[in-house]
Amino acid sequence: MNALWNALGWFGGAGRWSGSDGIPNRIAEHLWYSLLAFAITVAIALPLGLLLGHLRRGRPAAVSGFLVLSSANAARALPTLGLLILVVVVSTAGDIVPILVPLVLLAVPPVLVNTYAGVQQVEAGLRDAAEGMGMRGRQVLFQVELPVALPLILLGLRTALIQIVSTATIAAYVGLGGLGRYIVDGYSRQDYDSMAGGAILVIVLAVLTQAAFAALHRFAVSPGVRRRAASD
Amino acid sequence: MDTRRNDGATGADEDVSRLITFAGVTKRYADGTVAVDHLDLEIPAGKITVLVGPSGCGKTTTLRMINRMVEATEGTVTVDGRNVRDVDPPTLRRGIGYVIQQAGLFPHRTILDNIATVPFLLGRDKKQARAEARALMDRVGLDPAFAGRYPAQLSGGQQQRVGVARALAADPPILLMDEPFSAVDPIVRASLQDEFLRLQSELEKTIVFVTHDIDEAVKLGHRIAVFQVGGRLAQFTAPDDLLAAPASDFVRDFLGGERGIRRLRFTQELDAERDAEREAERAGER
Amino acid sequence: MTAFGTGGEPLLRWSYVRDNYDGVIWEALKEHLVLSFTPVLLGLAIALPLGLACARWRRLYPPVLAATSVLYAIPAIGLFVVFVAFTGLTYTTVVVPLALYTLSVLVPSVVDGLRSVPEHVRQSAVAMGFGPLRRLVQVELPIALPVLMGGLRVATVANISLVSVGALIGIGGLGQLMVTGMKWPGGAYPTPIVVAIVLIVVLALLADLLLLLLQRFLMPWERVRRSRRPAEVTR
Repeated sequence: MNALWNALGWFGGAGRWSGSDGIPNRIAEHLWYSLLAFAITVAIALPLGLLLGHLRRGRPAAVSGFLVLSSANAARALPTLGLLILVVVVSTAGDIVPILVPLVLLAVPPVLVNTYAGVQQVEAGLRDAAEGMGMRGRQVLFQVELPVALPLILLGLRTALIQIVSTATIAAYVGLGGLGRYIVDGYSRQDYDSMAGGAILVIVLAVLTQAAFAALHRFAVSPGVRRRAASD
Repeated sequence: MDTRRNDGATGADEDVSRLITFAGVTKRYADGTVAVDHLDLEIPAGKITVLVGPSGCGKTTTLRMINRMVEATEGTVTVDGRNVRDVDPPTLRRGIGYVIQQAGLFPHRTILDNIATVPFLLGRDKKQARAEARALMDRVGLDPAFAGRYPAQLSGGQQQRVGVARALAADPPILLMDEPFSAVDPIVRASLQDEFLRLQSELEKTIVFVTHDIDEAVKLGHRIAVFQVGGRLAQFTAPDDLLAAPASDFVRDFLGGERGIRRLRFTQELDAERDAEREAERAGER
Repeated sequence: MTAFGTGGEPLLRWSYVRDNYDGVIWEALKEHLVLSFTPVLLGLAIALPLGLACARWRRLYPPVLAATSVLYAIPAIGLFVVFVAFTGLTYTTVVVPLALYTLSVLVPSVVDGLRSVPEHVRQSAVAMGFGPLRRLVQVELPIALPVLMGGLRVATVANISLVSVGALIGIGGLGQLMVTGMKWPGGAYPTPIVVAIVLIVVLALLADLLLLLLQRFLMPWERVRRSRRPAEVTR
């Protein structure tokens, strides 16, 4: 406990708030890598999940649904640290690209699964009503399926971003900047204060991410859908 | 509202035009099941026509072929003189009201916006559409205080009223109703039926109404089409005529038998069967 | 960032596996098993009574749920480092955070599972004269089991892969092999890394399979019921 209190002194250390190893720069780096990986993940997984969930009938949809679910289970089993190290050891490409690959790879499944499952599980009666009133496929997807599936989709996005923020920390071990640097460099210098400082910053960032999604949920999900989920 | 009531209509005893016709219509699914078998049917304008029969008789399939939720394999369905195959399905459907059993209300939209769905789809002015939706709420007996609420806050009977209001919002000449009152308890059902009849006496829409309940069919129908398993039309006539002179043993059994059986069965069971029928139709369709 | 040229080094050299399977690899595997299963058992032991309490006293659940979802969000490495201050560089430093993580997955599973017991089933159990404890053990828990087992499988698989992160503070089971490969004298050596990844994935899949078999054994009625299970969703 004492060690943790002592670590708080680290935040007031010389040069801690400026320069390339300063906290503001490390936070900016961490956010930049995380949001970049998140944007790529969303660009891949969200449209794919919406499409697969929307076309949920017939054999191809069943097969792709099975693949989506298996991919999520497999991704959970993959050790992130090992994947990061292997990619960096094997790759000959530049700095950040090889690290982005595992970040995205591990974040795609939760978005894909939740989007797919959310859209696919929209009651048949709602879809029937939407089509029966003359909505076109795209209107059914965006005016009915998406808003109803939104809580699950947001949950998937949240899981993915948290996963990315956490993996980006670990990626410091293979040379990425960001808050993980304090932990990795602190460990190699036997400097616990730096490690604890980094850990506290990472925890705060993760909790803020969580809070941001809670706010987004409140703002974006229709009260009618929220109420329905609550009464289930 | 369609008001064409020319005298020279084809019916022997009716003075109205046939707004919806089936000519030699068959629905056969990919697995070979025949849901509807060579159906010829002319549905009178401005009246309630009830399609009734046991589960798996093809009554829902027949209804859904009118707005192309199901495509006929053979034969021709016409609405207002036009072959439905020649009309783009979404356009066709926006001109036909549609009410289903569980109301199918959009949980994320307020009651008012649920009712205004089709006017919104048609690109009408939002403010105007909402004002009309509000007027409709009154018409179907909904408390105006519900306008800003969400479907989950309403009872089953209230939701069903919203379903009816939503189908009426764009003032379509035709209304398709697929077991709209089956999911509510008998007392609520009776009051919904009464108000529905009152409303229809003012609106005079052409209504096709599917039910498995012969009592409901007799109470609401101006014409009743009895279907038998295998998708064949067993009899199509006025309620009095049906009760007085059943055309076959099947119809006689259905009129009598269904009453007895219905008391023994749980409504839920019937609903489950109906869902299964729906699901089978759906699976075969896509 | 350092550049790691592989220089034609193959991903897997069998000679390494042959020379080390009963030494370094076996030791790492044993450590990995201890580090991943202890937290699961610990987490389960706490999650069950906590979940039961939350299902019983509904007011308790919202704050507990909020706490578990925040816990779930915290990166494992962050918790490891914080726990070093309390328990030093010992197994406990890895086990306790992973147990908390397991808890954050399992508590909602227990509550959701118990809430999935249909009211009419509960009522008929009461009507037949089941006491609260008998009702819980003989009626409610069996019905809650599928959801609970789902959570247990997710937590177990996640734990097995998360343990390797402990290697960043020197306690990582098979994760140590990854670090060994990275820091190999004279340049990175992919073989230990690949061995570690493969063993972790195999371990995770085996554990998942065993839990699935256990679930089928415990719930023979689920095998006959043809109801479609809702797709598994990430929480």
